[in-house]
Amino acid sequence: MAEIWLVGGRILDPASGMDTAGTLVVRDGAIAAIEKGEGAPAPGTRVIDCRGKWIVPGLIDLHVHLREPGEEYKETIETGARAAAAGGFAAVVAMPNTKPPIDDPSLVRFVIEKGKEAGYARVYTSGAITRGLRGEELADYGLMKEAGAVCVTDDGRPVMNAGLMRRALEYASTFGLPVMVHEEDLTLSGGAVMNEGPTSARLGLPGFPNAAEDVMVLRDIELAALTGAHLHIAHLSTAGAVRAVREAKRRGLRVTAEATPHHFTLTDEAVARYDTHAKMCPPLRSRADVEAIREGLADGTLDAIATDHAPHSSLEKDVPFAQAANGIVGLETAVPLTLALVREGILSPMRAIELLSWGPARIFGLPGGRLEVGAPADVTVIDPDLEWEIDANRFASKGRNTPFHGWKVRGRAVRTLVGGKIVHEI
Amino acid sequence: MEPWHLLGIEPLGRGEIEGILRGARALRELLRGPTKKRSDLRGKTVINLFFENSTRTRVSFEMAAKILGADAINWSAAGSSQAKGETFLDTIRTLEAMRPDVLVIRHAASGAAELAARHVRCSVVNAGDGAHEHPTQALLDALTLQDHLGSLEGRRIAIVGDIAHSRVARSTSLCLRRLGASVVLCGPRTMLPAAPWEGVEMVSDLREALREADAIIALRIQLERISECLFSSAREYARYFGLSRRTLAWAKEGAFVLHPGPMNRGVEIEPEIADGGRSLVLHQVESGVAVRMAVLLRAAGKLEESIHG
Repeated sequence: MAEIWLVGGRILDPASGMDTAGTLVVRDGAIAAIEKGEGAPAPGTRVIDCRGKWIVPGLIDLHVHLREPGEEYKETIETGARAAAAGGFAAVVAMPNTKPPIDDPSLVRFVIEKGKEAGYARVYTSGAITRGLRGEELADYGLMKEAGAVCVTDDGRPVMNAGLMRRALEYASTFGLPVMVHEEDLTLSGGAVMNEGPTSARLGLPGFPNAAEDVMVLRDIELAALTGAHLHIAHLSTAGAVRAVREAKRRGLRVTAEATPHHFTLTDEAVARYDTHAKMCPPLRSRADVEAIREGLADGTLDAIATDHAPHSSLEKDVPFAQAANGIVGLETAVPLTLALVREGILSPMRAIELLSWGPARIFGLPGGRLEVGAPADVTVIDPDLEWEIDANRFASKGRNTPFHGWKVRGRAVRTLVGGKIVHEI
Repeated sequence: MEPWHLLGIEPLGRGEIEGILRGARALRELLRGPTKKRSDLRGKTVINLFFENSTRTRVSFEMAAKILGADAINWSAAGSSQAKGETFLDTIRTLEAMRPDVLVIRHAASGAAELAARHVRCSVVNAGDGAHEHPTQALLDALTLQDHLGSLEGRRIAIVGDIAHSRVARSTSLCLRRLGASVVLCGPRTMLPAAPWEGVEMVSDLREALREADAIIALRIQLERISECLFSSAREYARYFGLSRRTLAWAKEGAFVLHPGPMNRGVEIEPEIADGGRSLVLHQVESGVAVRMAVLLRAAGKLEESIHG
């Protein structure tokens, strides 16, 4: 394979702490060299001018819904992997709430195979905590791990039974798998469709309080303490959850957590006039929660930014708010929304990149997430200053469900390389 | 021309509310007269779409339309294509393609009328959407209260019941406040909104709520709320939140009593109060037809000419 030279960019590698103006050389699909300055590419070499741009590890999203098998009208593994590449992600972790759910090794293999066939971002998958996501019996964690699953989760559904959750943590640690949890006490959230607060009171929509998330986070942290297992908290949305994770880390527990761009960008006021594109679970919360999540991202309490990319069609979204499905697409908007935090002075460029690459890689022990000579060249080039308007109709994803349509933003992934192959370029 | 919608009280200014009430007062004379027919809305079609059961509101809208000469068609979810799985918007678009002038919509989902209005070119009138708004109920409450209290400026009105789940409480308190009244909401904590509503008082003590009240609106208590743990029993509710001779004594002397119906006699209201001299319950029903006539005329852009012409 020919060489590709990414020349003259700002190389940011959170794993090594490297932040330097330089050139990254890709040869035979791997990172061959990282050099200061602009180097001297041989004639015939593909040279990509990266001046003014950032050269960073291929981004990793721990939390995407690819809808295949079963809901291919919303997204397929191929369109989802393309959307990932278009957003700068070189790897994603698929959630298991498909139809049927990914709860056995053959389905795990199916997702991984489809991802390889698609040939865009790398597609990893999780497996279910419980068979059929029913919250009753454990799935085959060992067999799923052997087939390639990187964690177990019933995402979209909380594990309400605390006794079962304890066993899931113990059983998963037998096989070295993290348990990723969607934290929501259904007895506190039952029937609710948004955050409980002034907006829900005004709109006459049933809301659910932060406590529905907080009590589950606190429960599961104690279960992580009891079992010593690795607990990963998905898409946390409340100040209380951030506080609880900070305390768990102080105690030295194996607790990690992620937050989504929408939860650090929007409040429940985005629901305004029953906008179903602002409906997700956990719901958009208050300004104080947004501030707490931003603080958690900055101070190391939170380990990753994950999108919870959740494509839906008009069938699920052009309906009365209470009936609408939860979730928004996120792969193609995560970079500018994260860079907004850099411009606001909340995150350093290095920390922002860490939350999108090395941070998530470490949580599930995924390859990549760093720029290492000899390793496969999963590399993203970001133009931090590119101004553009988000247009849902131009997404590579099949999903058009975003509250950010029409937003004028800055910062975009302009190239994504996976194993040295350019899978996205603008 | 942009169609006029009545989606809630929230978007209405005081002037618009007063205009509708003025019109309703004039139209009520027609209702009380010997010949209940005019031709203001001749050639216009009103479709009443009731995705949720209601008799009084539907009959009231139907009568209002017919008295003004419009053709009123009633559609209900039971036995319709909705039962066959058609989506809400497909139903709305299909009926709109038949070129009605007004769609009157009752639906269990908050925001349903607003969603419909975004997708049609005719007028949409919200006849109750979930726990959000029920604007014609608010207008008929206001008309009834004005008839008996005169101006509502400075008056104190208590609304008692399951406030958090009540579209009536939401619309009526907005409407009364815009007309200058002060509103106090009362119910057990489980039935009060999780966040305060702007400009209204909320209390759980009925005596405090009724103090100096010029009128009290009792809301229907749904007994299903017992299984949701919002209250414990009809007996206990009646004791602490029901309107009786004992509790009414806490209000201003001669305070009026309203109820949107249908009533649970002996729960939120004692029969002797419901049927007593201070009860305006049936007056509310009459006001309802008048208010809906005014609203339909307003939707047709004919309210001013109809009352002055």
